[in-house]
Amino acid sequence: MFRNQYDSDVSVWSPQGRIYQIEYAMEAVKQGSATVGIKTKTHVVIVALKRASSELSAHQKKIVPIDDHMGISIAGLAADARILSRFMRNECLNNKYAFDSPMPVSRLVALIGSKSQIPTQRYGRRPFGVGLLVAGYDDLGPHLYQTCPSANYYECKSMAIGARSQSARTYLEKHLNEFPDCSLDDAIKHALRALRDTLPNEIELSTKNCSLGIVGQNTPFTIFDDEKIKPYLDAIEGDARGNAGSDDRRRPGDDDEQGGRPTSEARVNVLTESMEH
Amino acid sequence: MFDIKTDTRKMPIEHHFNPYEMNGGTIVGVAGEDFAVIASDTRLSEGYSILSRENPHLYHVQPHTVMGSVGFHGDSLTFNKTLQIRLRMYEYENNKKCSTPAVAQLISTMLYSRRFFPYYVNTIVAGINNEGQGCIYSYDPVGSYEREVYRAGGSSSALIQPLLDSQLGLKNQGSFELSRSYTVKMSRENVVALVKDVFTAAAERDIYTGDAVFINIITKDGVFTEHFKLRRD
Amino acid sequence: MQHPKQQTTNPMVTGTSVIGIQFDGGVLIAADLLGSYGSMAQMRQLPRVFKVNEKTVIGASGDYSDYQFILEKIMQKVNQDYCLNDGYVYKPKQLYSWCTRVMYNRRSNFDPLWNRVVIAGLEDNQPFLGSVDLLGNAYEAPCIATGYGNYLAVPIMREFLEKNNNKITEAQARDVVDRCMKLLYYRDGRAYDKYSIAVVTRVGARVEECKELQTNWQVASQVASYD
Repeated sequence: MFRNQYDSDVSVWSPQGRIYQIEYAMEAVKQGSATVGIKTKTHVVIVALKRASSELSAHQKKIVPIDDHMGISIAGLAADARILSRFMRNECLNNKYAFDSPMPVSRLVALIGSKSQIPTQRYGRRPFGVGLLVAGYDDLGPHLYQTCPSANYYECKSMAIGARSQSARTYLEKHLNEFPDCSLDDAIKHALRALRDTLPNEIELSTKNCSLGIVGQNTPFTIFDDEKIKPYLDAIEGDARGNAGSDDRRRPGDDDEQGGRPTSEARVNVLTESMEH
Repeated sequence: MFDIKTDTRKMPIEHHFNPYEMNGGTIVGVAGEDFAVIASDTRLSEGYSILSRENPHLYHVQPHTVMGSVGFHGDSLTFNKTLQIRLRMYEYENNKKCSTPAVAQLISTMLYSRRFFPYYVNTIVAGINNEGQGCIYSYDPVGSYEREVYRAGGSSSALIQPLLDSQLGLKNQGSFELSRSYTVKMSRENVVALVKDVFTAAAERDIYTGDAVFINIITKDGVFTEHFKLRRD
Repeated sequence: MQHPKQQTTNPMVTGTSVIGIQFDGGVLIAADLLGSYGSMAQMRQLPRVFKVNEKTVIGASGDYSDYQFILEKIMQKVNQDYCLNDGYVYKPKQLYSWCTRVMYNRRSNFDPLWNRVVIAGLEDNQPFLGSVDLLGNAYEAPCIATGYGNYLAVPIMREFLEKNNNKITEAQARDVVDRCMKLLYYRDGRAYDKYSIAVVTRVGARVEECKELQTNWQVASQVASYD
């Protein structure tokens, strides 16, 4: 049994130029249940798959309202997400107090970036174990951002993160060109179909395990779940599911694979990203 | 003579600056059985000048709650901003909108938090409570408050309150029955008409009240507004 | 005997009235170029209206150093906007709100900025005109004037706006502002006959070359107390 000598702290480099603690944190996102976001010219839609830790417990909340013009969906450690969402809500309120206007989405995401960066460089600390999809609408239009524990963030046309999200991304890539001119209803359907592709064949989306958030032009951020999401689920019922067979394979470093060193695939994901900026 | 060796940092600071100002304005609130009415004039004054003729002193703080706040306008603005934030935090913590009685209690706490440097404001809160009843709360500047049936506040309060006592409270008019009700029996239309009358009367004698009345009628269906002209001199 | 510490809560170099008026498709503000040191006309080329960004202009009466302090803070923020280059620019209402907070906080700490600030601009293509004073008192109106202008210019501007149903052209606005500046120069002992205008329209914001008032003092000899 080999022990990794270089993964004890974020302040330790490996000789290959990697920081394992950050990569492990990135893995935490992949263990959270999946969430998908799609941006049209006027709206942003986020959908998320809710998990219940046992038969006895309720489903964990996945979509969090931040302000009238913004909401997030989370994948990873929900407790860490609470810290971030409280921070985001506070920043929005401060902005409203000082400037009497909603916080610009890109600036708030940049603040999350700065906040997340600190525990990626100080010894004794750990990065946030959560990835966010931030959906917002402001003077510059609709925005969809993805944030990572590595403190990177990306503006996206559409994105999926969380367990088995590769299948959803495959769906999104296939239909990418349709999204900008999509109606809101169609965007919701696309998002739900993409989310459904992350599920094993025997499991279906239901009013219990699925929730939806919408924000856009003249549309304050609104969450639809339980009975309110039923019409949208009915609308995609019977639609063909993605080629689940090939996508259903367990990927190294993806899904619920437990612990262990990140594979080379994870490394590509983390390090090429962090080198870009 | 001034002693140069004195350490000025340890001395008390004497202030000549007066942080307050009276900007006038009048508010009236009346609680009906299934509605509440709150109205304010729209004049903003500074000394003998009118700064604005179109500045209502009402703040729509929740779907079924309106706050009227007059006195020092700078404090009104700040208090309202802070209240909006506190209400948003309430929503986050409780996953629901703040009810009118809860808003009323929050406002009291917030006013008292500045007990030793008060918000120089007269406040009236109007809304519908969880039972669907109209309710009115009135405050002094440091947060003491009470639920009431009707109340006038601001520069014309001393002119209007006796009139309301007569027309709504029916005080000293032969009926010795002690009313236990928190609402007036009057209809919406009659209350609104009365409110217009009392403002018209107040605008005759009070230079800090005038230009127009902005009336909010709060029912379970939301807030309806009415505009009524007053003398502008 | 111990003396209490005294704070400088009175203005030194001051500017007098700023006036502002909205017109169809824009807004303009004007202030003269005089910096008074008490009753002495000390600086006579002192600009008091400034462009903040393409949507906003600002002016202030009261203590000039406090005004420069506010302006510096605002320009820092505008520069941050520019450097971030993310497409967001401060809009007049945002800066107005920010000014109310700064002024109110300073008065609450008994260290007020001794000014009345006027902020004008285009907010989503609608004219905006607002003012904040040293107490944190703030309001918006179709016409605003500070200092003596509040007594002398506001009635003229209000009457003119009301007569025209709040819809006046830029030329009309300029005309009425010129009349008001002239009246202020005649009546306000701290006013001056050179003034500058800052205007915001859909084209953008700009501060114009200084104007000189065409005045006539012939009637002065007819005034009883003139000698």
